[in-house]
Parts: sequence; C-alpha cells; structure tokens
Amino acid sequence: MAIVAQSSKYGQIGRTTLAWIVGLLFFFPIFWLVLTSFKTDADAVKPEFLLFFTPTLENYVNMTENYDYWRFARNSVITSVFATVFTLAVGIPCAYAMAFNPARRTKDVLMWMLSTKMLPAAGVLYPMTFLTKNILGIFDTHFLVIIVLSLINMPIVIWMLFTYFKEIPREIIEAGKMDGVNTWGEIREILIPLAWGGIASTALLCFIFCWNEAYWTVRLTTTDAATLSKLIEGNRAPEGLFFGRLSAVSAAAVGPIVVLGWFCQKQLVQGLTFGAVK
Amino acid sequence: MSLKNVLCTASAVAFAATGAFAAELTIAIVNNGHMINMQTVAEAYTEETGVKLNWVALEEGVLREQVTSDTATGGGQYDVINIGMQEAPIWGAAGWIEPLNFSAEYDVEDILPAMRAGLSNDGTLYAAPFYGESSMVMYRKDLTDAAGVTIRDNDSWARVKDAAAAIHDPDNGVYGACLRGKPGWGDNMAFITTVVNSFGGAWFDEEGRPQLDSAMWNEAINFYVDLLGNYGPPGSEGNSFNEILALYNEGKCGMWIDATIAASFLEVDGVEYAQSPNAGNAAGANWLWAWAFAIPAGSPNAEEAQKFIEWATSKEYVQAVGNHPEFGWGSVPTGQRASTYEIAEFKAAAGFAAAEMAAIDSAAPAASDIKPYVGVQFAAIPEFPEVGSAVAQEMAAALSGAKSVEDALAASQAAADAIMREAGYYE
Repeated sequence: MAIVAQSSKYGQIGRTTLAWIVGLLFFFPIFWLVLTSFKTDADAVKPEFLLFFTPTLENYVNMTENYDYWRFARNSVITSVFATVFTLAVGIPCAYAMAFNPARRTKDVLMWMLSTKMLPAAGVLYPMTFLTKNILGIFDTHFLVIIVLSLINMPIVIWMLFTYFKEIPREIIEAGKMDGVNTWGEIREILIPLAWGGIASTALLCFIFCWNEAYWTVRLTTTDAATLSKLIEGNRAPEGLFFGRLSAVSAAAVGPIVVLGWFCQKQLVQGLTFGAVK
Repeated sequence: MSLKNVLCTASAVAFAATGAFAAELTIAIVNNGHMINMQTVAEAYTEETGVKLNWVALEEGVLREQVTSDTATGGGQYDVINIGMQEAPIWGAAGWIEPLNFSAEYDVEDILPAMRAGLSNDGTLYAAPFYGESSMVMYRKDLTDAAGVTIRDNDSWARVKDAAAAIHDPDNGVYGACLRGKPGWGDNMAFITTVVNSFGGAWFDEEGRPQLDSAMWNEAINFYVDLLGNYGPPGSEGNSFNEILALYNEGKCGMWIDATIAASFLEVDGVEYAQSPNAGNAAGANWLWAWAFAIPAGSPNAEEAQKFIEWATSKEYVQAVGNHPEFGWGSVPTGQRASTYEIAEFKAAAGFAAAEMAAIDSAAPAASDIKPYVGVQFAAIPEFPEVGSAVAQEMAAALSGAKSVEDALAASQAAADAIMREAGYYE
C-alpha cells in the first residue's frame, strides 16, 4: 500500500515537473520577446547580454513617436471587435438553424464551409485587389477589413457554435416552442444563456484570429486601415538586425491579446471543454 | 446665404480639398537603416514644402508583392515606391513606372554609371538610386595574421579557400568562411551567381536556354559546397545576410563575402576589406544592387512624387544626413553618387568607402558575350525570380548534403528549362 502511495506521489511530481517544463517551453518565446524589447538593437544580438543588460525604453519610445503605434492599435481594435460581433451575429442564427432544424444536406453544407478554408489565399490576391480597389473602391478601409476578417473566420465560428449547440437537449428548445416562444426568443432566452460558455470562447478565439490575421490585413490596406500586423511586417528588415525594435513592436502587438486571454482563460477553458465529459 | 456665397464657399472648399490631396504622398519603402533615417530627415522636407509624407514600411518580399499587385491593377495605392535593380528595367519597359526627368541642379551624371545603367531601360532612367551596394570580402586581419595568410583584392578562389582553411578553428568557435546558404533568389543565389560568373558561367544563353548543366556551373557549385561545407559554420543552409551578420558580430567568422552595406553594421575590431575573389574571369566578381525610388504609372501625384525623389536622392540629402545631429557621416546612404565619396567627413567616418566604391565601379551589369542578359547576380527578366527560387532550393539541398551537386544541378536545369520553355523563349 505504502509502495503504491509512494509511486503515485512520484508520478504526480513527475507529471507536475513535466507540465512546468512544457509550460516554460511554450512561454519562452514570449519571455524572450519581452526581454529583447528592452535591449538596444546592438545589444539584442550579443550573447554576453543574454540575460544581464542595461534595459532601455528606447524601442518603445521610437515605436510610439516614429511609427504611430496607436493608429495601428486603434485599427486593430476597431476591425477585430466589429468583425467578431458581425461574425457572431451571423454565425449564431446559422449554427442554431443547422443544429436544431437540420436538413438532408446540413452536414455537406458544413463540410463545404470548412473547405473554403483550404483555398490558398495567395491564389485570389490579384482578383481581391482588383475587386476592392478598382470596382468597389473600398480598398484600405475599416469596412473592407471587417468584412474580410468576418468571412475568413465564419466557417470556424459556425462549426464551433454548431458543436456547442448540438450538446443542448433538443427538448429544451421544443419546450420553449410549446410555451409560445418565437425563434428569436428561443435564441435569446434559451440558447444563448445555455451555451454562453461556448459562445464566449468562440468569440474570444474569433477575436484572437482577427487580431493576428496577417495576410489580408497587410495586403488590402495602405495606411488608413492598417493594423498591428502591418506594423510588425514593416519592421522586418532583410539587411540589418533590428531585433530590439522588432521585439518591442511585436510585444506591444501581442500584449493586449495576451492580457485579454489571461482574464478570459476561465471562459476559454470552460468553452473549449464544453461537452467533452458527459 | 446668397447663391454667390454658397458657390464661393464651395469653390474654396473644393480648392482646399484639391490642394490637400496634392500635398500628400504615400511612399512604400523597405525597412532598413537608411530608410528609417530618411523618415526623420524628411520632416524638414515636409516643413519646407508642406507635402505630408505617409510612409508604409514593408518587408522586401511583401513590398514586391504589394507594389506588383498595385501597379498591375492600375496603381493609385502608392505615389512613390522602393524598387530594386531587378525590377527597374523590366517595369520601365512594361510601362508600369514613369520615366524620370530631373533638373540640371540634380546632376544626374553624378549618379554612378553602373547604377544608372542598371536602373535604365533603353537609355531612359526609370528609378533613382537611394543607396547602392556591391559585394566584397570582409575579413578579420587579426585572424589572417595569426594564421600567416593574406587576402588580396580579386584574389583567386584557391587562395581564398586556403586562407579559410588556415583560420578555420571550430573548436574555438571560429569558422573560416561565412557565406549565404539560405535558399532564395536574393539570398544564396545572389552570392552563388557571382561565383558562377567568376568561373565563366552564366544563367542563360542568347535564346534564354538555361546553362546550369555547363561545366562552369558544375565547377563553381562544387567549389562553393566544398568551401562552405568544410570551412563554414554548421547549418549554413539556413544563413543569409542577417544570420551571418549576427555570427560575424559574435566573432565567429574569419571572413564574409557579402553586400558592401554590411560593413556599416560590423562591430568587431580589425576588419579589413578586399575586392571579391575571382577565378580568372574579368567580369562578374562583384554584384550590383540598388534600392531606388520610382513613380508607379497611374499615380495622381506624379509631379509631387518626382520632386520628392529629386530631393531624396540628391547631394543635398546626403549633406542633410551627414549634418543631422541624430545620424552623422557614418550613416549617409552610399553607393549612389560619386560626389559622396569625395566628402572628407564621410571618408573619415567610413573606413570601407574606398573598397565599396571600387567594388561598385567594377561591377558589370551590362549584357556581354559570356552573359547575354542585364544583371550581375540576377538576370533582369521577369522569369528570373521563379527560376532563381527553384534553383536556390536545389543548391541548399546540395549544401546540406541531401543531394549531390550533380543531381542538384540536373534538377535545377530541368526546372529552369520548364519555366523558360513555358514562358515562350524557345520550343
């Protein structure tokens, strides 16, 4: 008995140690990024200043004074928030219809939606530029970025919401119908409160995807709607080691999303494990 | 309000709006030290002219992609664009960028002849160089002295290899030669092409048929793989300019043959410069590149754009950077104008100036019997990036040992042949 208890204790220590190692490994790039952002470009590549160096705010000052960080950050917030809201506004009714009133081809429609994610973005770069710039005249606008981010994330959002909604017993929705609740009432009064954890985690993931999107936000904007992805992109240099500067810009770009994730981790975990254990 | 007042007000608003529109330029630039400095120096230009400058800094590859899609869809996104020597003659010929006509004070003759030739098409200048570069050997004299070897200007490759072997000391973290190995037409192929050129090889013949199955390519690539494989740092197939710069500044490289601009980033003592090695062929030991400003066809502000380019690539701009309290003479853009190399303060601040000027002057971008196309470390044809990228992968495979040099060259020849045949150069 004692041997079993002891081996179980060792097992727990081993698992905890392993979890810490894996956790630290995953955290290391962020740690490195933040540390480098407080070094000068010259110090950033010198091994003797790996951990011990004279910290400087030079990169952050440069970023806000010369690179107009706040304009890029404001654009990221506007486009990510509105794209997330719009995606959910379309995605929730869509997933509701598919989960509770499935048609014969619902599964096929879902698969088709997911298949749109398989299209290589570069393949439609030219038509997208032509369409948005020459025909619609919406190139480099918040509206365009919001629409593009929404459409990119719509399949994943609908899939996630569909999975969460499927976990809700159909009888509850039908009971609502019996009580004379209309469709909008079913969604608002029954579905959303019951699937709140799933919706919150879907919204959070959608927001993170929108914030980090770097293909279209770089290529469909110039200055007015350029997001933080474009600011990072512009700090990559083929000839010259500007790691301090690049790290500061990257840290300032990922900072808000890391903080948001930290505060919402409970909802995130709850949502991602929703229905995992029955 | 009377109708007259309304019309007057509307006209004033329209005039103001038109004026405001004309006094704003959107400029797409690559992100490097010189371009970053320019954003600060240009504040004086805005103060003087009232022209607001919107800078859009992009990574080199993304810049090319965005500028290409913009110009291909009729332009309008940018008023001024940063392009390189590979694009300028092709885009000029295609009518994608406007020809440049400068005033007499600009002194276009002062721009280095090699630069003018590389940025022109049929004698018309389509882009003005902001800074230019060639390649040269940057070696640690303390290490060569200790090993009892010397490196001369335009040395033979055999002597360079012997020097690399003599200073190679991996146990103490010093590698004989650090060279580009990372696949990319502007990465490993830039250096490899100069080696091939110096062995008397070329990318294509007069008809555009790839020549990668020639004896010169075979000899050059075997030499490159031997030199870098035996006396280079481990994992060289992942190294390009920035990676080697970091290694060099850590004191791990005995010599580095790369862009002359690297000299202004080196922070180790005892660095000496020599002209690129050669294998006996007079042409092609040094590469030639420039980042230049051009005006995309379709820019509604072409006139203002031309004025800005005239300022940004002028002798006055060089003076403005040299005398700027934040920068100084060590930070002025080089490789564009002969007059820069006559400035005493610049020569005193930049120990590499003479070697850089000599390297640029000796670069030969024009077509010749041996190399029947324009360009030194590239061919100025639209298909080159595709061909260069495909061959770059094969060269990296040969360097890493995943393929033999012969197999890599055979695969390269097949890939290049398919691209050129499909492009219609021959049947």
